[in-house]
Amino acid sequence: MNRTKGDEEEYWNSSKFKAFTFDDEDDELSQLKESKRAVNSLRDFVDDDDDDDLERVSWTGEPVGSISWSIKETAGNSGSTHEGREQLKSRNSFSSYAQLPKPTSTYSLSSFFRGRTRPGSFQSLSDALSDTPAKSYAPELGRPKGEYRDYSNDWSPSDTVRRLRKGKVCSLERFRSLQDKLQLLEEAVSMHDGNVITAVLIFLKRTLSKEILFRELEVRQIALRHLIHFLKEIGDQKLLLDLFRFLDRTEELALSHYREHLNIQDADKRKEFLKTCIGLPFSAEDSAHIQDHYTLLERQIIIEANDCHLESAGQTEIFRKHPRKASILNMPLVTTLFYSCFYHYTEAEGTFSSPVNLKKTFKIPDKQYVLTALAARAKLRAWNDVDALFTTKNWLGYTKKRAPIGFHRVVEILHKNNAPVQILQEYVNLVEDVDTKLNLATKFKCHDVVIDTCRDLKDRQQLLAYRSKVDKGSAEEEKIDALLSSSQIRWKN
Amino acid sequence: MAFPHRPDAPELPDFSMLKRLARDQLIYLLEQLPGKKDLFIEADLMSPLDRIANVSILKVRSLSLRSCPSFLFEQLCFLVRPRIKNMRYIASLVNADKVAGRTRKYKVIFSPQKFYACEMVLEEEGIYGDVSCDEWAFSLLPLDVDLLSMELPEFFRDYFLEGDQRWINTVAQALHLLSTLYGPFPNCYGIGRCAKMAYELWRKLEEEEDGETKGRRPEIGHIFLLDRDVDFVTALCSQVVYEGLVDDTFRIKCGSVDFGPEVTSSDKSLKVLLNAEDKVFHEIRNEHFSNVFGFLSQKARNLQAQYDRRRGMDIKQMKNFVSQELKGLKQEHRLLSLHIGACESIMKKKTKQDFQELIKTEHALLEGFSIRESTSYIEEHIDRQVSPIESLRLLCLLSITENGEPKRLQMRIYGPEHLLTFSNLRRAGLLTEQGPGDTLTAVESKVSKLVTDKAAGKITDAFSSLAKRSNFRAISKKLNLIPRVDGEYDLKVPRDMAYVFSGAYVPLSCRIIEQVLERRSWQGLDEVVRLLNCGDFAFTDMTKEDKASSESLRLILVVFLGGCTFSEISALRFLGREKGYRFIFLTTAVTNSARLMEAMSEVKA
Repeated sequence: MNRTKGDEEEYWNSSKFKAFTFDDEDDELSQLKESKRAVNSLRDFVDDDDDDDLERVSWTGEPVGSISWSIKETAGNSGSTHEGREQLKSRNSFSSYAQLPKPTSTYSLSSFFRGRTRPGSFQSLSDALSDTPAKSYAPELGRPKGEYRDYSNDWSPSDTVRRLRKGKVCSLERFRSLQDKLQLLEEAVSMHDGNVITAVLIFLKRTLSKEILFRELEVRQIALRHLIHFLKEIGDQKLLLDLFRFLDRTEELALSHYREHLNIQDADKRKEFLKTCIGLPFSAEDSAHIQDHYTLLERQIIIEANDCHLESAGQTEIFRKHPRKASILNMPLVTTLFYSCFYHYTEAEGTFSSPVNLKKTFKIPDKQYVLTALAARAKLRAWNDVDALFTTKNWLGYTKKRAPIGFHRVVEILHKNNAPVQILQEYVNLVEDVDTKLNLATKFKCHDVVIDTCRDLKDRQQLLAYRSKVDKGSAEEEKIDALLSSSQIRWKN
Repeated sequence: MAFPHRPDAPELPDFSMLKRLARDQLIYLLEQLPGKKDLFIEADLMSPLDRIANVSILKVRSLSLRSCPSFLFEQLCFLVRPRIKNMRYIASLVNADKVAGRTRKYKVIFSPQKFYACEMVLEEEGIYGDVSCDEWAFSLLPLDVDLLSMELPEFFRDYFLEGDQRWINTVAQALHLLSTLYGPFPNCYGIGRCAKMAYELWRKLEEEEDGETKGRRPEIGHIFLLDRDVDFVTALCSQVVYEGLVDDTFRIKCGSVDFGPEVTSSDKSLKVLLNAEDKVFHEIRNEHFSNVFGFLSQKARNLQAQYDRRRGMDIKQMKNFVSQELKGLKQEHRLLSLHIGACESIMKKKTKQDFQELIKTEHALLEGFSIRESTSYIEEHIDRQVSPIESLRLLCLLSITENGEPKRLQMRIYGPEHLLTFSNLRRAGLLTEQGPGDTLTAVESKVSKLVTDKAAGKITDAFSSLAKRSNFRAISKKLNLIPRVDGEYDLKVPRDMAYVFSGAYVPLSCRIIEQVLERRSWQGLDEVVRLLNCGDFAFTDMTKEDKASSESLRLILVVFLGGCTFSEISALRFLGREKGYRFIFLTTAVTNSARLMEAMSEVKA
């Protein structure tokens, strides 16, 4: 199997040029003809069945190098072993089968639930193929999908399960006693194939009352997990909740109920739904979150209605200057806080949309609040607000700058929001750790801070080095030169 | 750089056959529906399909499942994963046709197999029989010479979160196919519950179709199956080998990556295949990132020198140069500039997010010191809203390495639905809570009362997997995962597999594989196996090796159930070079920390 790429291309190309004439009634598609030609060239190695009544055109109408060509290639190259040739033979016979008129229906779940399959009419293509020997390098290729002769209802549970695993038609209807059903389930579980376990569970769900089903699954954890997943997937919420209730898994019950809110689009309906979640048996901590979630959405609905109105009225400056990009509905708490710091910063604590109110209601920690408010005000370039955010008065009336998040973070956030150097400088100066201060000042080009810090550190070498980083002839350079030539400073180096 | 393999390293088998088989089968299936047809290909199948069949050859008129289709033809063919939502979608189309009184032919091709639950939906929706079903058993995609992917990322969630074993048969079938094509595996090892089940089912398949592999000489001497939940820690770490870093930064999808304008330094994006054929990439993929820059600039200088040679050439030499070397040089030039661009972009991004500090924290967690600092770093990370996925990842890492969630952190700020994510993380064992077992024991004892016989054992099993403690610290000590380093760890000349994490940590999964291969059994690893909560799920199975050549015995197929990371692949490639082995990787999907976290989040149905 080491055909080179070149070979392959050549093969794809050459297959197109097989000259063939073909009478075609359908003139409007010339491509079609071409592919018919390609398909017809298969005749060399498909049985000589007359297939005139069946259009054997490639599926795009394009002259795709036909399947049989590629099969020939593959098989021919697979070491040209005996099996290889046998495989080719069996595939050729596939091609001839493929020309049989196809019945519409095929093997089915329904047929195995129905118990008996009607002979003939349920014969699917793959069924018809099942007799071909499928011993090949590629077991999947043309693997028998089902043997349609399944009238003898005497498969044992283990046989049944094995057939199910192979995707074959198999009636489960004859497993009527509970004992039989459970044995079937046990067999499926011991086989490990989840698809088969689910197939059996679908059957059990249909033929057992839910109390019995639940009772039996409670002691069969693997099967139980499959049922739970199956119910989640098909969205049978009611049965799922019943199951959790039966199992006394209260927290899962609550979470599963709560999860449904994700599928509710309408904000008001979602809010009402969340209301029903409050009081469900969540863990203590989760309960608080659910309550918060409800309150938050309730707030968002009010804010949204109000701001929509304000925005469309066009009277409010902030909305005119910065039109809202999206609705605030269903946003996380922190986004809501940002939004409110952006649009409603100055509002009194009494209004629902004021940041302070949000902070109190949701017990937002100081750090979180400051970070968010800072980002919002910096974005608006409201430097006075930024200033106020970090100014505290002590009992003597002195003002002092204080940042719960550390001034190095403040500087970073300001820089991210393109704060001017003067502002940055002010906050870089507030960074306590000298090294960090120097680093930040260098990084953000706060020349004055760097120069002053070097001076304070009496670090002549560093100052000298920094001189090369400032613009020639700038005020900074002058300042450095003045310092360097100053006789007042006792440099440490 | 780019360590060569030892001269005695075995040759890899040729996996391109798998592609051809898959392609042939698909064409065969499509020709079952002769005539013109509209083909719908599920988005998730597009990239894998692209890798095996040149889509332009197929001339696919493909439509995304979600887009509103405009029909041209009277036949519709759907190529989909077996998912309920796909069935519902198809049902809505078919039923709409019925209402409109149109008749069309419909065919659904499931890849890699159909599920009964899907058929049930078709039946319930009343379109069973209107739609014919088929299976395209395409489950092994060779992404590279030594990497086979099943491209089933949902395996992770389905099995490790939901406990659904639906893909185990798919894995068993894939292994069966491999043994049919490449001979039996004389030595089998495995660890994990899923690994054991997949192994047992595979064995059953082999027995049923007895004789197929008999008499064949084994090409691959060993197979090692490993469950992802045996080692979550490695998958949660930030990756620092080049390929892993590219995956973490740009997301490698199905072996190729979309480099945006910031990498290509032009205005358009470029889709680039990343595999051994890319000569530049091949040499740096397994390298620690800190080496890559140096390597690339050296390479650039060499290239320049080669270009420069033409200066002194006469006409004849020039002609030779142009006809023989120039194309190669140009190609190399192109690749080089791409990877340099990628490196720059990675550097930019990583500097922005304080990568250094992040790595420091991760290493501290792995080594188990300054836990308080790490915790407060993570808290700050959350406060700064850097990225929810990153924060979750760090929380999980903290939780598993410290065996508990030291303090409930402020994740709620990211949105209330994280409540559900947390619950999922706990169920999957990615978050472990301190003082575990209390609530579970209550339920357990209640259930135990109801049970009498053998079922009791099963229940305890199920529960113990739920209440799993990670024991990471003890395992780390036992297996020596944190190398003792005197002075600097020289990342240019790696000493051990720890180089993939800057010398700070040997990936647990890879260490286990190394140890077992060394012993050819689990002997002496009992304590480790116990700490991994895998007491009943570590197995070996050896057959007589009379037919296995010594070369094949140095070929090892490692099967990762639930995904593996590029870091693990690099680490094992390194081990292979050291020991003269070659590793072949089979994974349900290539994964990384972000994908693990995303798999755990809840979205609307």
